[in-house]
Amino acid sequence: MTWIAIRMLTGDRQKFFGLLFGVAFSALLISQQLTIFINLIERGATAVYNIPTANIWVMDPVSRTPDVALPMPPTALDKVRSVNGVEWASPLLRSGATVRTPEGDLEGVTVVGVDDATLIGLPKKFIQGSREALYEPDAVIIDSVGAAKLFPEGFDPIGVRLELNDRRAVIRGIVDVDPSFTSQVILYTRYSNALAFVPGTRNRMSFVLASASDGLTAKQVTTRITEATGLKARTREEFARDGVDFIIENTGIPVNFGITVALGFIVGVAIVGLTFSLFIRDNIKQFGALKAIGVTNNKIRMMVAAQALLVGLVGYGIGILLAAIFIASGAANSPDFKGFYTPWEIPVLTAFVVMTMILITGWLALRSVLKTEPAEVFR
Amino acid sequence: MSEKRTAITINGIVKEFSAGSQMIRVLHGIDAEIRSGELTYLVGESGSGKTTMISIIAGILYPTDGSVSVFGQDIYSLSDNDLVRFRLSNIGFIFQQYNLIPTLTAAENASVPLVAAGMKRDEAVERGRAMLDKLNIADQADKLPRQLSGGQQQRVAIARALVHEPRLVVCDEPTAALDAKSGRRVMDLLREVALAPERTVIIVTHDNRIFDLADRILVMEDGRITHDGKEMPDH
Repeated sequence: MTWIAIRMLTGDRQKFFGLLFGVAFSALLISQQLTIFINLIERGATAVYNIPTANIWVMDPVSRTPDVALPMPPTALDKVRSVNGVEWASPLLRSGATVRTPEGDLEGVTVVGVDDATLIGLPKKFIQGSREALYEPDAVIIDSVGAAKLFPEGFDPIGVRLELNDRRAVIRGIVDVDPSFTSQVILYTRYSNALAFVPGTRNRMSFVLASASDGLTAKQVTTRITEATGLKARTREEFARDGVDFIIENTGIPVNFGITVALGFIVGVAIVGLTFSLFIRDNIKQFGALKAIGVTNNKIRMMVAAQALLVGLVGYGIGILLAAIFIASGAANSPDFKGFYTPWEIPVLTAFVVMTMILITGWLALRSVLKTEPAEVFR
Repeated sequence: MSEKRTAITINGIVKEFSAGSQMIRVLHGIDAEIRSGELTYLVGESGSGKTTMISIIAGILYPTDGSVSVFGQDIYSLSDNDLVRFRLSNIGFIFQQYNLIPTLTAAENASVPLVAAGMKRDEAVERGRAMLDKLNIADQADKLPRQLSGGQQQRVAIARALVHEPRLVVCDEPTAALDAKSGRRVMDLLREVALAPERTVIIVTHDNRIFDLADRILVMEDGRITHDGKEMPDH
């Protein structure tokens, strides 16, 4: 009877496409919004993951994220280096500044000062230039998204002079990193340069980056650092998670995206539910006739389930495909979407939501079919 | 006449419907026997109880009291599922509005009872096509119901009712939507294809244009059979 059920549904093109639209719209909205949400909040962790060499971050106990950090005195670096189990430790400075382009535009930037000697803290992947270029006078390395923001498309920024907090900075390279949550321009420079670019108080060092010695886990070493120095030490994964949690706890993003996802579900249920009910109502005589002829309620259930499953599968496929196209084209064409990806959990979650939608609407539709007495076909 | 055996035995059928707090009795203890090999008409005014009667005979409406035996089987002693299976194997339905599935072709519509019984699609559709051929509309087998005339749709409905070779065929106003000529042709077809010594056809109708084609006419009034004969009563 399955093929009869499918033909009953697909033959009524208007309702079939209406049902597909409802499911596809919901799947698109839910998966696209969830993808954007996940990628946005994960940007709270990009500053950590952009420095892959450091598996331990040490900071003042009140510091919370790479961008919400209280500077420490320079002695903190020696304290960390002296802890048994620390392979190496180097300073990192992160601070806000303003930059003026040659065209006179003003832009807020994040200055990242990396260890002069080892350049630990500098991203690995260069699009233009090299690590050594950072040893040139007033050299800064800009991130690719920042370069796209500051300069017109196709413009080569290498050698461009910037006015960074009233001091001269020269772009010597472009690195490929995932942008931060705020998508602010990032300028990497040597620690000593950064101190000059970003004047401030006595304490300037934002973090100490460190690595655990062989045979010890990062977690073990962070415990030792905290016990020995009183500073807060986090593994890379913990600190990345802290950045994500900070966005979740301190912004309205989860609520806003949650509302959109809920609306996607509600609108989907409304469209699919109404259209499915209309379809069943239009075919109620046929279902009654089938019951009279001798089609059991179980077979009727299978028929409605097959119809719901078809609509769910095709609608879900269309919705997920459209969402994937949207995200892929965004990631390819807009710096704001750089690095966006769809985690496997999102299609799975969307499938679960679509299945719930189909179960609710299918059940509502089925009720009226099962309630139909076969004798009604004679009335 | 002596060759005709009893196909259906109806014993003391009572049917009551609730209307709010009241119970309305629409059938008042009907007893009847319907013989095989006959075209039996159930005739009566609207509200006389003939639709309720045919529904009970066809096993799709439980009586309040009484029993119905179809070819020796007391159908209301069967479980729900067994009753459904009994209908599928033994009863063919022809509805007034045809109730064809609009998105299936004529041949596919005709094959529905076979598919419901578990036959493979291709085989079932082939048999549906063969039945349409018997009813002289094989050339319309691949058309959708909306592409067919009323008479052609009725033939498809007949094909669907007969394709699984049921022993009992129940028809609800089979000629109501047809002109006189088409109506008579449908009745001729029914007699030719559906009737056999071991089969019977019951037709609910108030179409006086076809009364002369009946083997037997049962007239119902106010939930009772008031006439049983070869022809309609004079009044």
